[in-house]
Amino acid sequence: MCGIVGLFLKDKSLEPELGNMLTDMLVTMTDRGPDSAGIAIYGGETKSNAKLTIQSDTPDTDFDKLDTELGKLIKGKVKMSVKDTHAVLNIQADQVAEARAALAEIRPAIRIMSHGETLEIYKEVGLPKDVAERFDVRKMSGTHGIGHTRMATESAVTTMGAHPFNTGSDQCLVHNGSLSNHNSLRRKLRRLGVHIETENDTEVGAAYLTWKMQTGSTLGEALESSLDDLDGFFTFLVGTKDGFGVVRDPIACKPAVMAETDQYVAFGSEYRALVNLPGIEDARVWEPEPATVYFWSHNAAPTAQEKAA
Amino acid sequence: MQTFDLEAQGLRALNATLHAQADNTNQTKWEIINPKGSHAIAVGLDAPIEVNVKGSTGYYCAGMNKQATVHVHGSAGPGTAENMMSGTVIVEGDASQYAGATGHGGTLIIKGNASSRCGISMKGIDIIVHGNIGHMSAFMAQSGNIVVCGDAGDALGDSCYEARFFVRGSVKSLGADCIEKEMRPEHIELLEELLERGGCDAKASEFKRYGSARTLYNFDVDNAAAY
Repeated sequence: MCGIVGLFLKDKSLEPELGNMLTDMLVTMTDRGPDSAGIAIYGGETKSNAKLTIQSDTPDTDFDKLDTELGKLIKGKVKMSVKDTHAVLNIQADQVAEARAALAEIRPAIRIMSHGETLEIYKEVGLPKDVAERFDVRKMSGTHGIGHTRMATESAVTTMGAHPFNTGSDQCLVHNGSLSNHNSLRRKLRRLGVHIETENDTEVGAAYLTWKMQTGSTLGEALESSLDDLDGFFTFLVGTKDGFGVVRDPIACKPAVMAETDQYVAFGSEYRALVNLPGIEDARVWEPEPATVYFWSHNAAPTAQEKAA
Repeated sequence: MQTFDLEAQGLRALNATLHAQADNTNQTKWEIINPKGSHAIAVGLDAPIEVNVKGSTGYYCAGMNKQATVHVHGSAGPGTAENMMSGTVIVEGDASQYAGATGHGGTLIIKGNASSRCGISMKGIDIIVHGNIGHMSAFMAQSGNIVVCGDAGDALGDSCYEARFFVRGSVKSLGADCIEKEMRPEHIELLEELLERGGCDAKASEFKRYGSARTLYNFDVDNAAAY
């Protein structure tokens, strides 16, 4: 069992409230997943810059003067803002690969949580309310975000086992369920050169989607083919720069409820997670159909990749 | 009428209070406010009382119900009226998966749609749905009736026994050993009573009946190779 929440804002005036609303939703889902929690938030864009969200178990030493050291190495501007065990590095968009390589060199213990133009991922072991507090999620603003509360069934309770998983630039995935063919799929993906860090089933799901998109699939196509290639139970919520998508396996025994008003589209594992959203009494509330890909985007003219979703 | 604020007074207090009502209680009408999708609201009731839930409920509302009428003025989460024995449960909105699962008796009326696995392993309950029902509904249904004024999803009545399914709209697919059956006068009569009980604006003649082909009942030596 796990809990998933997601909020996609249509009404710009709610954007400063995104973190606050998502935190309430996340905390309500604590009894579905009390061992770890995570949140992916799509915040403001900084022109021609990229964000790397990094994590360290020893932030005091690892983040100490990291911006200066990294800046020197890649010969570029690095702005760092530290939040507990995580830090967001603001770098030039064309220096992401360089910065990742440099980080591996000078701070090998640092893990990359996410990369993209607007995406930041924060996740840790602990009760959702504590995790949200550590990262001050309530104060975060943004256009959309997704969150996850974890009750581990398939692998260890660790930071890297927590969701969301970064699947590509500005893309992430959260999962409720359990994949039964993750071991064979992990072997297959590793043979194909895909980097998979943990023994976690969802990471394999995330790596699968990344691999599909790297080899020419759109997000929509990747999600469609996941219905054939992934075995087990899943409700996936997938974040992209402009919106989020939902897909459930054909059996659809993992719960999912959606609500839509003029102001937002919200996702919750249970209706409980949505009850304090503004105007929920008059929202259109429904369960997403099994084996059907849904997508919402801020982009009035979605890219081909999103359209296919 | 008694009003109970679930948010303020809590779930255990609510269910303990409702359980304390005897057969001859004078407090026959209850209203529950602020349900906010909470789990296990009004479960295990056993008194002829009427409980109105003002809002949407979470998992297992009105489970194991006996005698009572539970009326949800909103939508209901998974497992609503699970293992009901008698009484009536009415959902004004939609019901999530496995509504009325394993129900032995009583009536479950869903005015919106029911999700997947509605009436799974039902054992005598009558389920009346104004809208559609989802996939794998009535899986291994043993007895009782399901009425669907809308459409049914995939694999209706898979491996069912003697339960009857009346569907007005389309059936996406029938499960193993479930077939369409003739509507005889006794079925029309039964369905008319069910439609009336469910407050459905539909004619019995518009429905088709489905049920067990009874080919999975006994071991068939011709199937031995399949085991």
